[in-house]
Amino acid sequence: MDPLMRRAIITGLLGGAAVIHIGLIGMIDAFQSRDTIADVLTLGALLPILIALLIGWRSGGPMRAPHIIPTGRRAVALGALGGGTTGLVITALALFTTTIDVRWILSNASPSLAEELWYGQGAALGSVLVIVVSAAAGAAGAALHVIPGTIARALTVGGITAILVALMEPFVVAVLRNIGLRFLEGIFYAQGGLTLIGFVLVFAITAAGTYAWATRGRETKQRVAAMPPDRRRTGKLVVYFVLTAFLLVLPQIVGSRLSEVVGTVGLYILLGLGLNIVVGFAGLLDLGYVAFYAVGAYTTAVLTSAASPAFSPELPFFGALPFVIVAAMLIGLMVGTPVLRLRGDYLAIVTLGFGEIARILFLSAWAQPLVGGAQGILSVPPPIPFGRDPQSIYYPILFFCILAAVAARSLQGSRVGRAWNAMREDESVAEATGINTVTYKLLAFGLGAAFGCISGALFATKIGTVFPVSFDLLVSINALALIILGGMGNIAGVIVGALVLVGLPELLREFSEFRLLIYGMVLVTMMLLRPEGLLPSRSRRAELHEREDAEDQYEDEAGEETGQPVVTT
Amino acid sequence: MTRTDTPAAGAQPLLELTDLHVYYGNIEALKGVSLTVGRGEVVTLIGSNGAGKSTTLRAISGTHKPRSGTIKFEGREIQHLPAHEVVTFGIAHSPEGRKVFSRMTVFENLQMGAFSRREKIDDDITRVFDLFPRLRERRSQKAGTMSGGEQQMLAMGRALMAHPTILLLDEPSMGLSPILTEQIFKIIAEINEQGTTVLLVEQNALMALHAAHRGYVIQTGKILLADTAANLAANEQVRQAYLGEI
Repeated sequence: MDPLMRRAIITGLLGGAAVIHIGLIGMIDAFQSRDTIADVLTLGALLPILIALLIGWRSGGPMRAPHIIPTGRRAVALGALGGGTTGLVITALALFTTTIDVRWILSNASPSLAEELWYGQGAALGSVLVIVVSAAAGAAGAALHVIPGTIARALTVGGITAILVALMEPFVVAVLRNIGLRFLEGIFYAQGGLTLIGFVLVFAITAAGTYAWATRGRETKQRVAAMPPDRRRTGKLVVYFVLTAFLLVLPQIVGSRLSEVVGTVGLYILLGLGLNIVVGFAGLLDLGYVAFYAVGAYTTAVLTSAASPAFSPELPFFGALPFVIVAAMLIGLMVGTPVLRLRGDYLAIVTLGFGEIARILFLSAWAQPLVGGAQGILSVPPPIPFGRDPQSIYYPILFFCILAAVAARSLQGSRVGRAWNAMREDESVAEATGINTVTYKLLAFGLGAAFGCISGALFATKIGTVFPVSFDLLVSINALALIILGGMGNIAGVIVGALVLVGLPELLREFSEFRLLIYGMVLVTMMLLRPEGLLPSRSRRAELHEREDAEDQYEDEAGEETGQPVVTT
Repeated sequence: MTRTDTPAAGAQPLLELTDLHVYYGNIEALKGVSLTVGRGEVVTLIGSNGAGKSTTLRAISGTHKPRSGTIKFEGREIQHLPAHEVVTFGIAHSPEGRKVFSRMTVFENLQMGAFSRREKIDDDITRVFDLFPRLRERRSQKAGTMSGGEQQMLAMGRALMAHPTILLLDEPSMGLSPILTEQIFKIIAEINEQGTTVLLVEQNALMALHAAHRGYVIQTGKILLADTAANLAANEQVRQAYLGEI
């Protein structure tokens, strides 16, 4: 059998397996309640279609071994084959759930699932519809390879944006109301999703914008680069001014509920920026970063709260902060010193242990007189003169985020940053060029700890109470995941990573049952498609694509000898 | 062109190793190595794989600490100093296998070489680019994407950026074509003429003895022979063992 067709069918079967999976865990059913496009498409119905699209995209794409690139109509046909196979599996699933009752073991394998998979039509019409729609989606996915890259990218960005805008209906509606554009609400939104007109408009605008940037972006950049320096500086100032103004009024625009989310994102940006110094800049894999977050939160609570068990100096927040930072840096050195000789995996395991030790210590009876054990510390005052409502607490968080970003940025370009960079590449050579690796490692741990503890301190004042349960392993993993997702070693990447990994799940809270599943899927997909992260630093990108580039080069060389790679039409 | 213009042996050698013992775990890699390098000399240390050549250089540069014995540089004992301090004394190590920072550009690599000095480095960069014109052409290229010969040049250039009194070169000809090897050795001679002392470790004994004033033969962690380069090149034992003659 033709290897391409074989691949299309296998991929299609995999897509079918994915649909079976999300169907049986109840995801399709749960997402049925929300419309993506009002009266046209529910989110639940969209999921299998998106999977078919993805399958088509894979089926119609280039193949590595044997090296074949399907083109034109053949690619589209392969996509349709892949999507159609997925559609067949979906039909089979629907038929299965209507004929055999296995609800005693799989509670979601019900006739109502079949109804949803069949778009509410009967078995006969529904089956045909599912297969046709899936095949069409597959063909569309494959077509992305056939049409010019800029257009394909514009369509993808437009589609993803439109779906996201539809998903965030409650928040966008709230924002529209806050900024007095209420009349837009009726045009764009209905029944918890976008209207057809709204969907088309959002899609068209973002797609056109992406396309324009792809075709004209370079030109614009060159024009900016060609501008005289003073004009460029003015331009930069204007951009910064607008950005600052926007950030300052943001809580008023988005309202209380969204400000809460933005605040949480801000705390994670701080954590990410700090961990990025340790992992991204210095290359020391620290899995116990939550320890610093906890130390920051607890020190703040002990020093500022009137209800702190042992002694309560009741310092104001900014009076306590210097002590908090010093405490965290000391802990940073305490953790850093014994692990100086460890590298890579060993370092990761040991720091993981440190993180757990911190949590258990705060929970222990031994430390209870000071930090309250499982009862924690209550009534941590807000950072005066601000209140504790999300719209006020936003400002100190914003302040420290900006401070941290500026600090991280200047560190990156400094002598210290270069030393870290060299150390990350080759420790012994770095040592031989005159870098005191001990000093620079401890510096990385200390600075990372300082950033993490500020985040913890703000966390304590934000929620007003501190309990040991807030400081589990998941915080470390989240912080690490967001810098990996955003692009390790890059400051803008950290911010984007925090928005995506912390912000999106907060916004999609109504699907919280499936949150970890989506989270895992996003991470796996990212690692497959873009291992360097969304906004990678220059060197990190080079690092991860080195092997690929080498492979490509090898293939090119092989291609020269044996003729061009096979292209079928 | 075996060199005969040996600089007059000064009252005190620049570098002096006395009864150096170095271990990797329980394995004794150097079993009492003693050697001297005079100011302005090119001295080579030849020997087969695993004889302890690289270990000797690592001990000098402080990247691997000796268990006993002394290393004196300009009369001061340095064997207890960490590597990053040894550099500041004027000892630069170009390690085996041309370990450049492969994700940094050529220029950034050279910049790192001067990390121990906090002065302006423009003149030094120019000097390195004059010695290795290829590096000037590739100054903003990623070091990892360059050929083996270019990376070797970069590793040497980076070591020179530290302004060393003595340059420790570990197998600069490894994996290079004969033409490139010859070029590298020409540059070593040039560096030496500009006033830098060189301690050269090589498997390519023929080339090394051509370029050096004096040489040591090391075998299983012990110095076997020590003589002028010309005498070593003529030595029957050396010719059989290292110059590939029967």
